[in-house]
Amino acid sequence: MSDQSPPKTSPRIALVGNPNSGKTAVFNALTGSRQKVANYAGVTVEKKEGLFVSPAGTRVRIIDLPGTYSLRARSPDEAVTRDVVLGRMQGETIPDAIVFVADATNLKQNLRLALELRRLGRPIILALNMMDAAEKQGMAVDASELSAELGMPVVGTIAIEKGGVQGLLDQIDRTIQVAETEGWVGSQAECGWSEPSSHDLRDYHREVERILGRAVQVPPKPHGLTRKLDSVLLHPLLGLTILMLVLFLMFQGVFSWAKYPMDLIDAGLSGLNAFILDSMADGPLRSLLTDGIIAGVGTVVMFLPQILVLFLFIQLLEDTGYMARAAFLLDKLMGGVGLHGRAFIPLLSSFACAVPGVMAARVIENRADRIATIMIAPLMTCSARLPVYTLLIAAFVPNKTVLGGWVGLPGLVMFCLYAAGIVAGLLVAFVMKRTVLKGDREPLLMELPAYRMPRPKNVGLALLDRAKAFLTRAGTTIFAMMVLVWFLASFPAPPDGATDVAIRYSAAGAIGHALAPLLAPVGFNWQIALALVPGMAAREVVVGVLGTVYALSDTGEALHNSLGAVLAQSWSLSTALALLAWYVFAPQCLATLTVVRRELNSRFWPVAMFVFLTSLAYGGAYATFHISRWLLGE
Amino acid sequence: MSQLQERVSLASLAKGARAEIVGLDETGVPTPLEAGELERRLIEMGLVEGAKVQVLHEGFPKRDPIAVRVDDHTVALRRAEAQAVMVIPAGDEA
Repeated sequence: MSDQSPPKTSPRIALVGNPNSGKTAVFNALTGSRQKVANYAGVTVEKKEGLFVSPAGTRVRIIDLPGTYSLRARSPDEAVTRDVVLGRMQGETIPDAIVFVADATNLKQNLRLALELRRLGRPIILALNMMDAAEKQGMAVDASELSAELGMPVVGTIAIEKGGVQGLLDQIDRTIQVAETEGWVGSQAECGWSEPSSHDLRDYHREVERILGRAVQVPPKPHGLTRKLDSVLLHPLLGLTILMLVLFLMFQGVFSWAKYPMDLIDAGLSGLNAFILDSMADGPLRSLLTDGIIAGVGTVVMFLPQILVLFLFIQLLEDTGYMARAAFLLDKLMGGVGLHGRAFIPLLSSFACAVPGVMAARVIENRADRIATIMIAPLMTCSARLPVYTLLIAAFVPNKTVLGGWVGLPGLVMFCLYAAGIVAGLLVAFVMKRTVLKGDREPLLMELPAYRMPRPKNVGLALLDRAKAFLTRAGTTIFAMMVLVWFLASFPAPPDGATDVAIRYSAAGAIGHALAPLLAPVGFNWQIALALVPGMAAREVVVGVLGTVYALSDTGEALHNSLGAVLAQSWSLSTALALLAWYVFAPQCLATLTVVRRELNSRFWPVAMFVFLTSLAYGGAYATFHISRWLLGE
Repeated sequence: MSQLQERVSLASLAKGARAEIVGLDETGVPTPLEAGELERRLIEMGLVEGAKVQVLHEGFPKRDPIAVRVDDHTVALRRAEAQAVMVIPAGDEA
């Protein structure tokens, strides 16, 4: 069978399902790591496409569409799902078949969409996912009855178990075989779908109840464990306390767990540096490799472990189902400043990086709510600011414990910096929602999914995506910036008989000096002014540039330690605090501004964001510098 | 237990209260959505006539939002929107 000539084009299957149906787990189980993430033409929604070979040897292309409750499309993500399955998406051919993934423990809620999809007139396979959980709850599903009633093949899947999608794979083969003998439904197939009214939705609902009454037996009280957990985790005071503890643990984890792998990377870079120093003659190329690339890019790559730990936490919160609880707990409090509870998710992602945070704001359907969330996303301290915080705290904050030895002072300062960003963000949102973005809040209507044990494979694949994206960035944008900065800092060379450090005579020195008067009122010297320029491209570059500017050739931790020592000598404490305050607001990130422009399809908002963040940063640094000078008597 | 009681809105129920949904009426609920949209979204969340609901959890402060058991799943919503869900209370949980 498999030695027959393959079909001209591989069949394309679309995965559709409600949010929380385990659709992505099914996608991962089918494709393994043979998947790629791209963007749909013209929109910013991520397109996840994968490839697998069916048991009969057919190469099948599969796309994972954003989760939705209906094809009515309330958000840009859901519009992608609708447009792809209807064949309206520009640049996409209509899928040959649909695999509808339903949470077997919650069929009443899930199957409405199956009925809606049935109207498309395309081959559909119903995958009852999480069959193991359904059986554990005592549910009895009569698959053949269900299949007969719905008019589509039904298979059970346990996406998280090895071999748990075998039934689905076999069914995909049968569907392909039928389609190939009878001919694929052409793209002109009759599509009976139209946007459902509330009457249609009620009809779907009644039909689902009728079908389930015949095909499924549900025990009276499922989800006992989830309810018990929720009575603690959603408790008004206990729940909020636990949420704060989770966030605190997250920050501690970022610093302590990441230390060991960071030390390893550091050792590797130092070894590489030593090797180059030993094996190459002194000259511009050696200087570029060691002072420019290893010192610059290396310092950034060092932060990969911290970023991964952060994303690990976010992924775990997402996969366990806790993220929705956090939105529930914070909705009223965030409502106080006019934000939607769901804004919690983009804002939390912004702690890793504002770019995915701004993109995650798509879950908020109302435009005014979305703009408010996006505008304050950069105020959540992103991981790119960590290198700057870490460096300055190590240099200027004594490593003591406070509060009876329970909390380290550096950790406490770090927590305060994060808190300052959050408070500033809430204030900005408060002001915006009362002035430029007035209006009722978008309703909160959100499923609280049953708690689930996160699966290493799904978490691992998600982290792999993040690591790839970060390293690509380090290898392209940051690499280019580092080479440019090294060049600017090295040329022109100092004249003969120069008395000052070489960099003062370079182009970089000239730029720093030109900007210095503007930044002098906030306590920044020309070295800082210089470092802020390439920091526009990537905030974390600032550390590398400071390293280059202060003419150090150490890498990694060694750079940190020695650069820290140099900074502690050459900066006043007030200057360090002012720079920290500046970085709480940190307007200098081109990537964020670009994604804001793309997401909101507006030139006005990114400009507004840049202006208000720069004003806040300048004002914050100015106040910090002068208050601390006054307090410290510097 | 199920004597004929007056229709109230889901928003008025306290934690633990059980009820059955008897109608959806979004008039008078402040919302940025177009007319009829809130009703459709409520149905999509399973909040539809005949569904058995129970208020499981209340947020903080002002006991808002609420987490409601709807048949087999749990839905979080604000009391403001819950005003659109008309129910007949079925007595508190023992």
